[in-house]
Amino acid sequence: MKELVCIVCPRGCQLKVDDKMNVTGNFCPRGKAYAISELTHPVRVVTSTVKLKNSQYVRVSVKTSQAIPKEKMFAVMEEINKVTLSSPVHIGDIALKNVLNLGVDVVVTKNINK
Amino acid sequence: MIKSNYDLVVIGGGSAGMAGAIEARKLGVKDILIIEKNDYLGGILNQCVHNGFGLTEFKEELTGPEFMTRLSDEVEKLKIDYVLNTTVTSLLPDKTIYASNQDGFYVIKAKAILLTTGCYERNAGAIMLPGERPSGVVTAGTAQLYLNIYGYLVGKRVFILGSGDIGLIMARRLTLEGAKVLGVAELCPYSNGLNRNIVQCLQDFNIPLYLSHTVSNVSGDDGILKSITISQVDEHNQIIPGTEKKYECDTLLLSVGLIPNSPLLRDAGAKLARTKGAIVNERYETSIPGVFTAGNVLHVHDLVDLVTKESRLVAHFIKEYLDNKQSDSSSSLDVIPGDGIGYVLPHKITKGNTHDVTFKFRVRKPIKDLNVIFLDKDHEIKRIFKPVLIPSEMTEINLTNDELKQFKNNITVKVEKKV
Repeated sequence: MKELVCIVCPRGCQLKVDDKMNVTGNFCPRGKAYAISELTHPVRVVTSTVKLKNSQYVRVSVKTSQAIPKEKMFAVMEEINKVTLSSPVHIGDIALKNVLNLGVDVVVTKNINK
Repeated sequence: MIKSNYDLVVIGGGSAGMAGAIEARKLGVKDILIIEKNDYLGGILNQCVHNGFGLTEFKEELTGPEFMTRLSDEVEKLKIDYVLNTTVTSLLPDKTIYASNQDGFYVIKAKAILLTTGCYERNAGAIMLPGERPSGVVTAGTAQLYLNIYGYLVGKRVFILGSGDIGLIMARRLTLEGAKVLGVAELCPYSNGLNRNIVQCLQDFNIPLYLSHTVSNVSGDDGILKSITISQVDEHNQIIPGTEKKYECDTLLLSVGLIPNSPLLRDAGAKLARTKGAIVNERYETSIPGVFTAGNVLHVHDLVDLVTKESRLVAHFIKEYLDNKQSDSSSSLDVIPGDGIGYVLPHKITKGNTHDVTFKFRVRKPIKDLNVIFLDKDHEIKRIFKPVLIPSEMTEINLTNDELKQFKNNITVKVEKKV
């Protein structure tokens, strides 16, 4: 039996997983999926900022479009920190396509027009 | 263009202000102005680049900037007037607003006001941090602003005091940007952040959390932070000698609580609670008729989704006020935090109230297997079992209007261990 805290949402359910991967303590189905993922192949969404030029602001926020393997977080950060975008930028704009061949893009999360 | 008269002026264009203005417009309030001091709407969410927002409001997981854009897009769509770079310098009890920006000074009359000015961080002075005051001691939100908006890392070797969510979020953010976060000290014997943040911000990066610990010394050299010392505390929060641990570091982040940003209300003569938020009735109206308040300036919320929910609710009461449909508020019952309760909202229930009321409160310390009890002085009216309540999570309990009618003296809320 393993115990873990669900991080899918701020509710933070206390999950229990037995040897046969039966999950209890979850408030919603996402908790079950999280527990199984966490014990087999943990993933995280990475959020950060990238440099911005041609704007009154110097940074724009970004995120990975999906969760990436936990052990790749620092490698993805290294790629994110190489990017410079130019204003205007909009939510969903791709800052990095298929980062490190993970099948996940890094996308802009803020609209900056000036 | 700022006019001299409005039905509703919203002071503060963050998530509470925008959500309240949007809901008021949808309810038919025509003449609305949002006044925002920054050069963008959205308030603090601009710098909250992490995700986890919007799960109840929008049924999906968003980052802070994405969440605020959903609201600002709706403000634009509904053609709600707003002014940026404009500061409200004072608020008068007759609902006159003085505001100032680079174009001039404005006197604005409002029929109703929604004050949504958020909160600010407790700093080194507020917690009487021991030791010197070198540069390198910064609040977590300031470090977040420097990093996420201006692109500066505040330091390379960081210690964090306080396990509030902003401190935990910054522990992860600084680590991902290449800083070494040495540890987090928390005065309480439990964490004050969300469980998920302990896991994904500390445990993911093997950052130690020292419960029942505080910073006992801060030491600098030539005005620059060189080291801090933490010590264990006893159950009375007194430092236990001999438990000192010293850390060489260039930054001490403070994540030690938020305080409602309510000076405008205070100076207008509104009555404030011990928490610095306004004293409000069940319609979230302050002691000044027609001046309403919601969001973190009223009480500090766990999640922005709860802020917008509260502000949308208050918009309904503002609409009733503007339509002269509100009930008699000449007398009211006090709502009193009893045993184990830190604070409870609303502070008053007016005699003419005809609505059900959701009470919002926090317990003073974690408690398991308990009953929440509502009493009319000493006479029990309602009791609800809860498996567990913790201070970092606001609890909401609804009382129907029929239940509320049974109270004659006051409404006391307390928690009691189930026997």
